[in-house]
Amino acid sequence: MPEPSTRLWPWYVAGPLIGLMVPLLLLAGNRLFGVSSCLRHACAATLPGSIPHFRYDWRATGLWNLIFLAGIFLGGIVGGRLLGGPTAPLAPATQADLAALGIHDLTGIVPQEILSWSALGTATGAFLLIGGGFLVGFGSAYAGGCTSGHAISGLADRQLASLVAVMSFFAGGLLATHWLLPAILR
Amino acid sequence: MPPSISSARAHAMDTVPPPATSAVARPDRAWLVYLLLGIAFGTVLTKAGVVSWFRMQEMFRFQSFHMYGIIGSALAVAMASLALIRRSQLHAANGAPIVVPPKKFGHGIRFVVGGVLFGIGWAMTGACPGPLVAQIGAGATVMVVAFLSALAGTWVYGLLQPRLPH
Repeated sequence: MPEPSTRLWPWYVAGPLIGLMVPLLLLAGNRLFGVSSCLRHACAATLPGSIPHFRYDWRATGLWNLIFLAGIFLGGIVGGRLLGGPTAPLAPATQADLAALGIHDLTGIVPQEILSWSALGTATGAFLLIGGGFLVGFGSAYAGGCTSGHAISGLADRQLASLVAVMSFFAGGLLATHWLLPAILR
Repeated sequence: MPPSISSARAHAMDTVPPPATSAVARPDRAWLVYLLLGIAFGTVLTKAGVVSWFRMQEMFRFQSFHMYGIIGSALAVAMASLALIRRSQLHAANGAPIVVPPKKFGHGIRFVVGGVLFGIGWAMTGACPGPLVAQIGAGATVMVVAFLSALAGTWVYGLLQPRLPH
């Protein structure tokens, strides 16, 4: 069996393929491309309690989205294991910046030194995984969408809300990268 | 996506088709299509390194064009497709007219505050919700913890929603 290609797919292949999700989902069933709604649907399906935000017919509005999410998980298996994960080297400047933060192992898709089962036992690892995950879920629910729903679908539809949201996503990312990460990793 | 499809559009879009009427729309049973599209999306995310915490660092440090190229070209294709769908007044496979529900802007607070909080989590985990799930599939199984925590975050938002400014 030939060695699976570990070449990173170039942006001009990946980007248009991702963009095609918008028309394909609309044509398939009038569904708007967006992933963070899945989190809401999952809450509505499992633990709605008496919270109005989760009291709706999740099968009608969200089952498609949860199936799509299951597909993304399978796609991770296909892309990461069957086809071999991409291993293109990072920009040298990024390598230097990460080394200054104490991150030297650049293999895999997440840094083993801070995001791994063994790192989960450390304050830093637990903070990044549990705190970061929480913010992803809370923030996307509060903002009414994530990178797919706002940065792709919303901006493609020229929605002001999405423009504000995407600029805020980025502001938060810059804040965490240039202030929070150095503060907790140094 | 809040179920507010019938709400008025925040800005003018000239070719928006009328809301779906049950007379023409059949039940949506494109389940296999959604699964296959999800697999395609997850595969692309993984093979293009969108699932990589390291690539997010390249992006947030402005040290590589890769992620900007992906988001920019994805947006361009999505925007052109949407314009084409509207111009040709295409219908969905179940017969319903294609409608993109508007996002109510309100005071805009939710997009700024929620957006910044999301962005912080994005850089911490190196993942937004889609890539988070793909990361688990691709072998970074510890991201299950981040995913469960994201579910908890969404749940807490639902709990606090009546008291948060939007």
